Amino acid sequence: METLSAWLTKDGVLIAGITVAAILGLSTWISIHVTRKKIPGPAIAIFAGLALAYFVGEYTGGKNGVADLAIFSGFAVLGGSMLRDFTIVATAMGARFSEMSKAGWAGVVALFLGVVVSFTVGALLALGMGYSDARSMATLGAGACTFIVGPVTGAAVGASSEVIALSIAAGVIKSIAVTIVTPWVAHRIGLDNPQSAMVFGGLIGTTSGVAAGLAATDPKLVPYGAITATFYTGLGCLLCPSVLYLVLQWLAG
Amino acid sequence: MIYGIALLAICFLLGKAAGELLGMWLGIDANVGGVGFSMILLIFSMQWLHRLRPSDIQWEGGIIFWSNLYIPVIVAMSAVQNVKGALGGGLMALLAGVIPAAVCLALVPRVARLGKTVNKE
Repeated sequence: METLSAWLTKDGVLIAGITVAAILGLSTWISIHVTRKKIPGPAIAIFAGLALAYFVGEYTGGKNGVADLAIFSGFAVLGGSMLRDFTIVATAMGARFSEMSKAGWAGVVALFLGVVVSFTVGALLALGMGYSDARSMATLGAGACTFIVGPVTGAAVGASSEVIALSIAAGVIKSIAVTIVTPWVAHRIGLDNPQSAMVFGGLIGTTSGVAAGLAATDPKLVPYGAITATFYTGLGCLLCPSVLYLVLQWLAG
Repeated sequence: MIYGIALLAICFLLGKAAGELLGMWLGIDANVGGVGFSMILLIFSMQWLHRLRPSDIQWEGGIIFWSNLYIPVIVAMSAVQNVKGALGGGLMALLAGVIPAAVCLALVPRVARLGKTVNKE
């Protein structure tokens, strides 16, 4: 038994590959036979992944979802940021630059609007929940952008570690919520062409949420959403602890 | 096949480096647009290669392989998220995560329409 588990851990990436293939195969089957293609296979598979991560997290008490189980440690590599970014770049092969430049201007507007709106709504919610100092409001507002912008801003403005932890949680929740909700609302928000995908990526910005949400909606749109989303975290890290924090400080007196 | 992988890897590394440099130049500890620069590099270098050697498309296989792996990677990524920790953040984290995202989703059609009117002018 021990040799078996040692052997499985050593080839962890391959085990992860087989497991993901099984999840995807099952999800595709459910998509076709149970939901009559109403819910796309990848959407079911991504949701199954999140559910698995929740239950394993409950069991192990760890932070890395299924990767906290020794046999599934390979998931951390297969689902890590390096392979995620590498495969996203590869999807650009199917994208056309002419389509991208068509939405260039709207994409830039979406980026700025996405950061400012998320920050403002997040900071107002923080105020409503009793976090009335500018530091906490800015950090939670930044957490509403992405789970990277939150802690970067919190560290820059000197927020408490409790608030920084909350801002990370808010960012992760956003990414999960976007993943689940996008395929459901895609039709209603007109998310069916490269231009609106670029606007979507710019407004939402959380790379994993945008990437997973679009993959579940229509994989052809992934490169368009990813190309604007990739600038979002950087823009958020730039604006939140500086201009937006100063405005907030001024308003909070 | 291996040429495609090499091309993809070169674009990826150059784009990432550009993102890091831009981040450093702006004075922030984050990669700014690394993936975006990589994608633009890949699109242009592929167009250039098509013009240079239109008959030789074998290297495309190396890129198609990775782009097909995209959905499995995303599934694996969702399985390693700290879902329990995020849901344990309480009401504040839940509201700050969901409501701003909902507002931004509602803005998508408006901003997209903005882009269309500008193109027509």
